[in-house]
Amino acid sequence: MKAKHQRLTLALLAVVALVGAGLLAAYALQDQASYFYTPSDIVEQKPAPGTAIRLGGMVEEGSIQRSADGVTVQFVVMDAGARQKVTYTGITPDLFAEGSGVVADGRLDANGIFGAETLLAKHDENYIPRELEGIDMTSGKHKTETLVQ
Amino acid sequence: MHAYANPTRFLSLARPLTPFLLFGGIAMVAIACIWGLLATPAERLQGDTVKIIFVHVPMAWLGMAGWSGIAIASISELIWRHPLASHAARAIAVPGALFSLLCLVTGSIWGRPAWGTWWVWDGRLTSMLVLFFLYLAYIVLANETGKGRGQSRIAAIFGVVGIVNLPIIRFSVEWWETQHQGTSINILGKSTIDPLYLWPLLISAVGFSLLFGAIVLMRMRASLAQTKVDARLKRMAAE
Repeated sequence: MKAKHQRLTLALLAVVALVGAGLLAAYALQDQASYFYTPSDIVEQKPAPGTAIRLGGMVEEGSIQRSADGVTVQFVVMDAGARQKVTYTGITPDLFAEGSGVVADGRLDANGIFGAETLLAKHDENYIPRELEGIDMTSGKHKTETLVQ
Repeated sequence: MHAYANPTRFLSLARPLTPFLLFGGIAMVAIACIWGLLATPAERLQGDTVKIIFVHVPMAWLGMAGWSGIAIASISELIWRHPLASHAARAIAVPGALFSLLCLVTGSIWGRPAWGTWWVWDGRLTSMLVLFFLYLAYIVLANETGKGRGQSRIAAIFGVVGIVNLPIIRFSVEWWETQHQGTSINILGKSTIDPLYLWPLLISAVGFSLLFGAIVLMRMRASLAQTKVDARLKRMAAE
């Protein structure tokens, strides 16, 4: 075997081993590297009330209720399998809307309601011009069926 | 490919190609920016901040493409001892680092109004930051270990090892729950980005790619010229 071929084999093996190791590590990190719990994860893993967790999911249509004080907002975060009631006091980001994604830091209270301390909006992978959707930013509805392909 | 292993032959190709890439790139980026800023509508939820995509996404792609280039050059340096490989890898590293940094900065500027935060430590943002640090480490390593402007086996091995990060960046939004949105542009399937945004984005991506290529060729030519100067000085000193 020529030296060049030896180096080629060695390099190919090294690349395969490296990428394999990387993929295995990423796979093992699956739970730990996730940035937030989904409502289904909360049902499944039942984090103890009072522990700091991060919750992410979709704001359920029609679930946003603003309190009389003007800064407290209650809504439901859902995913395919579960729903989670959330309460937050503070200014909500621009992209916070029903049917849109949200990520919140906070804790569950004894009644199973999630008290959010910070609230971030999450954008999804759809980029749709406002004119084509025919809705303005404040109502911010989110209908994937009407997506322009 | 091996026909261009000869630096003289490479230079005869690179010299006329450089202005073509440079001015073609500038023209396409200008067209894409004017189109993107003035002629695209506000996005349904993001409003006008969507327009940062015309810079942000090409920066991200080229930041990742740059490391792929370093890895390919490093492999051909390690296996075939290609005389241009180390010049190419070093030439890519600086614009690669710059483009990755611009990706992070433009993303952060977008994240503040859209998400409500400048930065979060999710899978996508963190792995992209790691790529930027890999570039910085590569630049330092290549400069410190190469004899003069010569080859450095350690830098080449580091260039190959770094490719582990590329699939992690690409698939982070699919493997893990992330703050960053999922992939919008699919080459094979349906893209979830409206064509009104997609076209200027593609033109901008091609334009920035040409610019990236021009920077790499210019840096390679400068690096080859420096090698020549060094060799001549050495000869003169010996005489």
